[in-house]
Amino acid sequence: MTRELWKGNEAIAEAAIRAGLEGYFGYPITPQTETLEWMSRRMPELGRIFLQAESEPAAINMVYGAACTGARVMTSSSSPGISLMMEGLSYIAGTEVPVVLVDVMRGGPGLGNIAPSQGDYNQICHGGGHGDYHPIVLAPASVQEAVDLVPLAFDLAEKYLNIACVLLDGSIGQMMEPVELPEMRPVVRKEYAWATTGAKDRSRHVLTSIYLEVGLEEEVNLRLLKRWEAIKANEVRFKEYYLDDAEIAVIGFGTAGRVALSAVRAARAQGIKVGLFRPISVSPYPYQQVAALAERVKSLLVVEMNTGQMLEDVRLAVSRRIPIEFYGRLGGVVPFPDEILGEIQRIAKQPPSLEGHPAQRWLERMTAPQR
Amino acid sequence: MINIISPKNLVYSRPKAFTDTPTHYCPGCTHGTAHRLIAEVLDEMNIADKTIGVAPVGCAVFAYNYIDTDFVEAAHGRAPAMATGIKRLLPDRVVFAYQGDGDLASIGMAETVHAAARGENITVIFINNTNYGMTGGQMAPTTLPGQKTTTSPNGRDVELQGYPIRVAEMLATLEGVGYVVRRSLHDPKNIRLAKKAIRTAFEVQVRGLGFSMVELLSTCSTNWGLTPVESLKWLEWGLTPVESLKWLEEHMLPYYPLGDYKIAPSVAAVKI
Repeated sequence: MTRELWKGNEAIAEAAIRAGLEGYFGYPITPQTETLEWMSRRMPELGRIFLQAESEPAAINMVYGAACTGARVMTSSSSPGISLMMEGLSYIAGTEVPVVLVDVMRGGPGLGNIAPSQGDYNQICHGGGHGDYHPIVLAPASVQEAVDLVPLAFDLAEKYLNIACVLLDGSIGQMMEPVELPEMRPVVRKEYAWATTGAKDRSRHVLTSIYLEVGLEEEVNLRLLKRWEAIKANEVRFKEYYLDDAEIAVIGFGTAGRVALSAVRAARAQGIKVGLFRPISVSPYPYQQVAALAERVKSLLVVEMNTGQMLEDVRLAVSRRIPIEFYGRLGGVVPFPDEILGEIQRIAKQPPSLEGHPAQRWLERMTAPQR
Repeated sequence: MINIISPKNLVYSRPKAFTDTPTHYCPGCTHGTAHRLIAEVLDEMNIADKTIGVAPVGCAVFAYNYIDTDFVEAAHGRAPAMATGIKRLLPDRVVFAYQGDGDLASIGMAETVHAAARGENITVIFINNTNYGMTGGQMAPTTLPGQKTTTSPNGRDVELQGYPIRVAEMLATLEGVGYVVRRSLHDPKNIRLAKKAIRTAFEVQVRGLGFSMVELLSTCSTNWGLTPVESLKWLEWGLTPVESLKWLEEHMLPYYPLGDYKIAPSVAAVKI
């Protein structure tokens, strides 16, 4: 197949369509709107379902209903809209139906801005909606990777009857890059033993997330947890760059990881033994791989476009075996490779401390008066 | 001795689309009546095996324990959105939402209005009993002026708490609505009229004639007329079942007139 120049949000939409998407329900919000717009043209053209909902809560609940029929369905939004969908996501998790969600993150909190950010990491990976559940979260660092992860998200959601989220920031949604799109897959309506399609010649199906009998609700929670354990065992994804002989490892996901790769290459050119570890599944998080990495390198640098949300997962994996430094840019600011290179050079010159908290040291550096 | 229980004497039996489960509803509550009417209509139209119900949050959260079709259970107020998702993916199935007044007219008002405006081919059965029943009788958007609830203990003061919403009249203004009527469940005559309206609403959906809703004035004998202090007394009931039917007739009918609020020309032509 030839490579074509595609805008991230549109490429994601087309990748979902080619993965056999049957129904899309969404609501406009920058910097994600082009996905909605692309769907509005392509889905009806293919005889599939597109509907612009009156709100994000309505959109996610339309997706919830549509998922109950066993169809391959999704929605997409950006940070404030994702917050509004959290109720529906919790119900979807509690009902155990497969749904794909795309979050094109923007600066926050509040209305924030429409610039790229990674501030939704905790909300998406570590909760958001009420109750105990874990979504699968895949974080692409390029338009091509986003295109590759969207079909995977559907397959994983349906395999595990779980929410699968593609988590990217506004820059990947908005940028144009050469990509190779997948072949069009046919729409396949799977025959699930639970789908609510009308009880013709079978006993009826009821899909619910209410269990007043606390023992039953505990059973549901245990079942979800057991399924999550299987996901943790099978679905961890990551990429390593220049780590073979590295003494310093940079860890970053999505755009932060991609910018860090440029910095790593520049540092290598200067003879610094540094590599990059880029988690692709940020949930399940590659804890074991990061722990193993901590055995191989002398220090870590975590780079994020937030205040250090993934940093806590790295600290959990590393458990004070080696020092960690943190570098973050906030509120829609994307770091330049030079900034990260500066951090790598600083760590190469003087290894950081095991004492204290990396994010605290970073905050002091960030807010120190300019000399 | 003559055995009177024989098929030829049978004039009343449980509808096939109604499960053999005793309902959890309070004595004097009309939810059970509404459920049964739906089940009778599903039987008469022979559509139970192609119907998907959407249960609400509220007293009818377990409607699926009684109405014997495929069912999903929605978040509070989101039933019309969920029903939309199902109907869009399965346009040849029958999809109905069963909602109370807190669910439909308060937290889910946006979903209700927009499903109606889109002319979504779904049927909504709207139970208006002027309060939040399941949580113990709080003020709803439908609570009458002066009506005591646990959150309007001195009676709803319209200066402070606004006026109750007449949902059927409001939805009747929308182009997408095929059929919207208000009926009541307080006596046998009105129950028969309510059933006819439910039948019509489902016929409207089957024919693809737009959004259909039947608002049913209903009772809440347990919670009506209670202040928070009164409701805390164990087994203190607001009204007896008979009193609650009378209360509905005397207090609700004047504010919520029964009637046909919108019957689209295409629907008027439907003969049942």
